[in-house]
Amino acid sequence: MYPIVRKTVLNPTVTQMEIAAPLVAKKAKPGQFIILRVEEAGERIPLTIAGTDPEEGTVKIIFQVVGSTTERLNRKQAGDALQDFVGPLGNPTETDGIERVCIVGGGVGCAIAMPVAQEFHRLGVKVTSIIGFRSRDLLILEDEFSACSDRLIVMTDDGSYGRGGNVTVPLRELLEGGERFDRIIAIGPLVMMKFVAAAAKPFGVPVTVSMNPIMIDGTGMCGGCRITLVRDGKRVTKFACVDGPDFDGYEIDFDEAMSRNRMYADYERRAHEETCNLFQNA
Amino acid sequence: MAIMEKKHEMPAQAPAVRAQNFNEVALGYDAETAVAEAQRCLNCKNRPCVSGCPVNVNIPDFIARMKEADFEGAYRIISETSSLPAVCGRVCPQETQCEAKCTLGAKFEPVGIGRLERFAADWHNARAQGRAVPPVSNGRRVAVIGSGPSGLTCAGDLARKGYRVTVFEALHTAGGVLVYGIPEFRLPKAIVAREIETLRELGVEIETNVVIGKTLTVDELFGMGYEAVFIGSGAGLPSFMGIPGESCKGVYSANEYLTRSNLMKAYLEDPSTPIMRGGRVAVVGGGNVAMDAARTALRLGAEHVYLVYRRSMEELPARREEVEHAQEEGVDFHLLCNPVEILGYENPDDPRDAKNGFVRAIRCIRMELGEPDESGRRRPVEMPGSEFDLPVDTVVMAIGTSPNPLIKSTTEGLEVNRRGGIVVDEAGLTSREHVYAGGDAVTGAATVISAMGAGKTAAKAIDEALSGK
Repeated sequence: MYPIVRKTVLNPTVTQMEIAAPLVAKKAKPGQFIILRVEEAGERIPLTIAGTDPEEGTVKIIFQVVGSTTERLNRKQAGDALQDFVGPLGNPTETDGIERVCIVGGGVGCAIAMPVAQEFHRLGVKVTSIIGFRSRDLLILEDEFSACSDRLIVMTDDGSYGRGGNVTVPLRELLEGGERFDRIIAIGPLVMMKFVAAAAKPFGVPVTVSMNPIMIDGTGMCGGCRITLVRDGKRVTKFACVDGPDFDGYEIDFDEAMSRNRMYADYERRAHEETCNLFQNA
Repeated sequence: MAIMEKKHEMPAQAPAVRAQNFNEVALGYDAETAVAEAQRCLNCKNRPCVSGCPVNVNIPDFIARMKEADFEGAYRIISETSSLPAVCGRVCPQETQCEAKCTLGAKFEPVGIGRLERFAADWHNARAQGRAVPPVSNGRRVAVIGSGPSGLTCAGDLARKGYRVTVFEALHTAGGVLVYGIPEFRLPKAIVAREIETLRELGVEIETNVVIGKTLTVDELFGMGYEAVFIGSGAGLPSFMGIPGESCKGVYSANEYLTRSNLMKAYLEDPSTPIMRGGRVAVVGGGNVAMDAARTALRLGAEHVYLVYRRSMEELPARREEVEHAQEEGVDFHLLCNPVEILGYENPDDPRDAKNGFVRAIRCIRMELGEPDESGRRRPVEMPGSEFDLPVDTVVMAIGTSPNPLIKSTTEGLEVNRRGGIVVDEAGLTSREHVYAGGDAVTGAATVISAMGAGKTAAKAIDEALSGK
């Protein structure tokens, strides 16, 4: 079992937990993920690592309550324990040869983008961060980004905080204004990453995106997390768990990835409703 | 007394009944039948059956005990050489191993060795009192990577010799392919759990949720005090055909389909892990994994299951028994057919239609057999213009795997072959000192018993290396 050491509510739907998992804490690097099971007979879900404290032996996860499993996870309190917690899985985000980086985070994806921004900052890289949320209520991690960014731009879709509009607006302005980035790293909803790649393409800046497909084992066994890259006109199958989760944003077939992520949408909606009812009646 | 020409028949659930449930298909002999079947053994001097067994079970000796109805004695003899008797009695392809060598087989059906082994193991497991006693520890530590058949065998053999063995398992449950791959109706999970419990009683420690190559590396294991490492990490990434439409929703690898059903228990009434149920299913491939997937599909409520295989029945690599079971249960074999495309549903008028992107059919082409290829089997050749569509909702690709990259990419100096399999000598030693390997990580997809044989060979070599024999 893996004890929950601390739990912090970041906004009405997003929660942060620090989990005691010393081996994972010692090894994890920004960009990697873990797989957990809340309870025996629960499903395995992947979550990207939001930070570690190797000395304390804890791993930070930040998750949005979107379905049955995250609902059950959110009901757990500090002092409770998770059934299973395995990692670090996937490859760390590449940082070599980058002097100026633009980190683009969307919604709960900012939780994953944050340790990446912190790592670049630690390496002395000039960091521009653009973080976007639907509205002010959903804003998370502003202080953390502020501390590790040379420049921070906060966007809300409805204009209730920061600038109004989505994250591609300031990105395009910066690129059009002649801003030079060695790499743009986009982490958020698939549709956001798709449009970041499209916005950056005319300027030829390499774009890295972090994929979060449905997966089971996370070690290269099940093949459920496969994604398609289009490379030199050829379609190439890759597995997010062992080949990713970071990929070249220009190569990803985002439409297919979006479709595949909805494979169990009906089932998940029903399961979530049942879980909510279960807790209400309890 | 004249010898019975045929094996005593294995009682089994009726096909129409069993295709609707996940309970074990073969029900096992009763004691009387087991003794009668044992009496068919000629106890011949040259013991050809033993050489047919990858772990060299003393078959005539255990059968001799069974003739006397000394089932516990029979179990003891089997467990001297096999760490997983109840598993082997169920899933070994005896017809190509021990039973293929049986002297009786020259004229009649061979002795039902597998059925007798299963009976002895089940007899013991149902009656065993108390815990297995661990031998005196020699204080030396060995790490085993993977808790599938090769790892468990290696761990069991070393534990019996007094080694302190830790098995590292990436998943949350021990057993490897025995729990994620082979379905409940062929190998009940409780049987696997019981065999693993016996190993624990012998002192084997099992650490789940540790991915070697990620959580820890092979080199770190040596730093932690392990003196030898056995890699039994199993088969890896599932293969796909590379045809259009394989990314449609409803296309699974057999690994994913079976893992969802078995390990994640999607076969239960109200699972937390979803799986596509019902409808029409096409399974592509002809191995045991394909049979397992097709029969699982039936039990998940499929209205029709096709098995699509590019060669003919003669070349089909699955065990005969599995093929017969699948046919009896109603799997519809489309032989000499090969998929060329998977067709997805697209509603031209409504891009938000929930069905968009799901499988609607699999397009196949008919094949004929040409000249033998390098495998010695006749090469299937496409018959131009013979394409046809099978309307299906789910496609399961059961066409093999390629080795997992996690360990080789994090272990310097570990040599792999062209296909990515770990290179070992006849004792299971890799290119790294004190690092051994066996099972699918070396051979690519093969059988449970050959993996067990490799685990056994490596355990012997590890013992010799560490004890300076």
